[in-house]
Order: sequence, then structure tokens, then C-alpha cells
Amino acid sequence: MKRIMTIETRDLEKSAVNGGCGECQTSCQSACKTSCGVANQQCEKCLNEE
Amino acid sequence: MIHQFKLNGYNIVLDVFSGAVHVVDDVAYDIIAMYKNSNKNKITKEILEKYPNLKKWDIDECLSDIKELEDKGKLFSEDVYSDLAFDFKKKNTYIKALCLHIAHTCNLNCEYCFASQGKYHGERALMSLEVGKRAIDFLIENSGKRHNLEVDFFGGEPLMNFDVVKGIVEYARSIEKEHNKNFRFTLTTNGVLLDDDVIDFANKECHNVVLSLDGRKEVHDRLRKTSNGKGSYDTIVPKFKHFVERRGNKGYYVRGTFTHNNTDFTNDIFHMADLGFTELSMEPVVCSPDDSYALTYDDLPIIYEQYEILAKEMLKREKEGKPITFYHYMIDLTGGPCIYKRISGCGSGSEYFAVTPWGDLYPCHQFVGDENYLMGDIWKGVTNTVKQNEFKLCNAYARPECKECWAKLYCSGGCAANAYHATGSISGVYEYGCKLFKKRIECAIMMQASKSLN
Repeated sequence: MKRIMTIETRDLEKSAVNGGCGECQTSCQSACKTSCGVANQQCEKCLNEE
Repeated sequence: MIHQFKLNGYNIVLDVFSGAVHVVDDVAYDIIAMYKNSNKNKITKEILEKYPNLKKWDIDECLSDIKELEDKGKLFSEDVYSDLAFDFKKKNTYIKALCLHIAHTCNLNCEYCFASQGKYHGERALMSLEVGKRAIDFLIENSGKRHNLEVDFFGGEPLMNFDVVKGIVEYARSIEKEHNKNFRFTLTTNGVLLDDDVIDFANKECHNVVLSLDGRKEVHDRLRKTSNGKGSYDTIVPKFKHFVERRGNKGYYVRGTFTHNNTDFTNDIFHMADLGFTELSMEPVVCSPDDSYALTYDDLPIIYEQYEILAKEMLKREKEGKPITFYHYMIDLTGGPCIYKRISGCGSGSEYFAVTPWGDLYPCHQFVGDENYLMGDIWKGVTNTVKQNEFKLCNAYARPECKECWAKLYCSGGCAANAYHATGSISGVYEYGCKLFKKRIECAIMMQASKSLN
């Protein structure tokens, strides 16, 4: 595509099928403690597949 | 739903429900903005007026590309998750993380402390080893099939009760294998009592350490004082440097808080980097709007600019081979969280609890001391199931305000404690926090776009 470049991302709809194991880190346990951000949490399954 | 923004020379289109990110030129950016509200003739007419050198076939080609992405579910994708959110109440909830309040006391007297100088509006207290061990048993008993269990040693200042920290870790390690569990410990400390014993222990046992430093000496010392009113910077910085040098490749964060007093907080982040720290976090202060250091609406444009300065500088440093990590800009577009995590959020009050020195359970550390949110204790378990269900449903789909928000799958509807303190309800919205959060996510996505293109 000439005018549009799509960056590789995890397909969220597909993640509804293979996600939900719950092994990922609880976001507040890392560094924030005063806000809720989940986007920066690593998926444990993806990490193990690497 | 899509979200479009321009930042650092990039035109970015985020497709909210698929998670797709597109970097586009000006023409495509304008066409995408009109695509759902105008017909083809109107789009062509307006685009040709704005870009007179363009040919009609060029616009047709772009429209066809947009249609292709739409058909593939990468643009204008529909929300197919809302039903998923309401299943959470029925779901079995396993507990996987505890924040252990090892010490409700502190050797610093930080003015902005949400824990009220470590005491959480109550009496000074230290957790006993018996309570700590029982908390570990409670976590194992309630963790179901979850293998990775997290325990954060928190306070107050947990190193004021270091022997109990060591005892709890020793106990957890002694039983984790037989229960097929893997404990990940985090230590959050102000650094005053850091010594080689603590460093050896933390480097052996702790998955992560969080070291509290606000940045430049004058900024840090203004609010992070000892009980006699003296600043703590000179005491802790050499200790943190020594710690991080010995940390090797294990995880750590140097974490600061910025306030109305230092809205130029990127200078504090860069100061941390100049000290040799590379894993950094800087959080906006959470306090009453009446406090003198509370962030104001007039501060917002300054803070937005600061976040942009930080993102650009981080890209520059990475190119120069001197990268730094900023917690809120860590975003893994390919290996990031699944949709369940994105909807359910931090898990406070359902899979994450705070434990007081005497074994009471609260939804998270920020609720400790508020009797309305006492959830039970580590012997009887969670007895306040009404509140627990409220927390289970406190997710990306709980708030009408989030319905049209593009960022909801990045924040899961926001921090329940911040919402409660700002509005009186965990299902409220801490609007100021949302504004900052959205700016940070735009910066983080822009950085990923930049890295992908270069």
C-alpha cells in the first residue's frame, strides 16, 4: 500500500481464542502502584514461545 | 472504532478493537478521517481541493486500500468484546498476587505519601513472620492452577522489617515446588536501609526491585525528607547506584513521583539516566486537589509537552546506543497482553490483594485503611463477596464514560483506587489521570511506529 503502512501487532480478536491463561504479571506489581496500565505487560505465553 | 493522531512527524491510525496500528501519509490520514461519514464523491472532491496536484485514481487507490483493511478487520473493526466483560463475574477468580504490607512505618516522612507516612491513617505496625507465612499459604490455597505467583514487599518501608521479609521468602521457597508454584518477589524501598546484605538477598530472590527516587536533588529533597526534615537524596543515591551496579541483568525500576512543583519532570528522568540508571518510571502524584503540590489543569499542556520531549529523547538515545526504558512507554505490540487482560485490568480486589501487617485483606494497597473496603482476612479468606463482585466487574466496560474512548483496551477502564478517590466510586472515572494516560499511550505507540519504520 502506497500511503498506508501497517505495523505488526497482536490480533486482539484472535487473542480471545488463545488468551486468558492469567499467568502474566499483575500490572501494579511492577512500578506504577498509582495507575492502571495493562498495555505494557508482557504476555507470559508469548514470552515462553520466543 | 479508530483513533487518529499526529505526533513527531508521524500520522498514526489506531484500530481500537483489532489493536492494529497504521502509519499513513497526509492524504490517507484525511481520507480515513472522512471515510465513515462521507460518500466517495464527497471525499474525492474535498481531497482534490486540499491536494490539487493529486489525481483521482490516486484517491481511488487509497480508498480501495482502506476498504481492504476494513475487510481484513484491521480498520474500523467492531467491538466484539462487550459480552466477554460481563462473563467475568461468573468466572472463578484465582488469586495470583499479594502486596504484603511488611511495615506500616517509615524512616522517611514524604509529604505526598498516599500511605500517610507509611501508617495508612492507622497505628504503626510491623507484620509478624507468622502473618507473613500465613499470607503465603493463603495465596497458594487460593491460586488454583496459576503457576506464577507474585508477592510485593511494600510498606511503609519494608526494610524496617527485613528479617520478616527474609523469613517469608525462605518459607515460600521451601514449599513452592511441592505446590508447583513459582514465586516472584518484588521489593519496593526508599533505599535508606540498603546495605550489602539486602542487595545480596534481593539479587538472589527478587524478580524486581523498585527504588524510589524523584530525580534532581532539589526536587527529591523537597518532599522526600527524613523525620528531622533533612532531604534523603545524598543518603540514598550512592546506595541505589551500588545496588544497580550489582544487579546485573535482573529487573529493577528507579521510580519517581512528579508533582506541580516539577512539571518539567523530564529533567528528573534525564537526571536519573545521567546517574547511570536505565530502567525508569515517573508517576504523576495522586493526592487531594487541595494539596499545594497537586497537579492542576493548567499544568496539562506542560505535561503533554514533557511526555513528547521524553519520547523523542528516548528515540534519540536509542539510536545513539544509550537506550533508557520508561515504564509507561513499554508497549509490546506483538507480545503484549491478550484481550482478557486488556478488559479485566489490574485485578485489584479479585486476583490481587493487599495484606495489612495484621492479616486483613484489601482490594489493593491504595484502599488499605478504608474500612469500607475491608475484604476479609488471610485466615477466613475473602468474605466481602459483594465488593469482590464489584471489583470483578470493574473493567474496561464498566463505565459509560469509557464507551467511546479509544484507550480503554490500554487502561482497562483505569485504576479503581484513583476512580474511588476522585469520584467516590470505583466505577467512576479519574478524568485527569485519563488525560495523562492517553497522552502516554500516544507517545508509546508513536515510538513503536518510529522504530518499525527505521
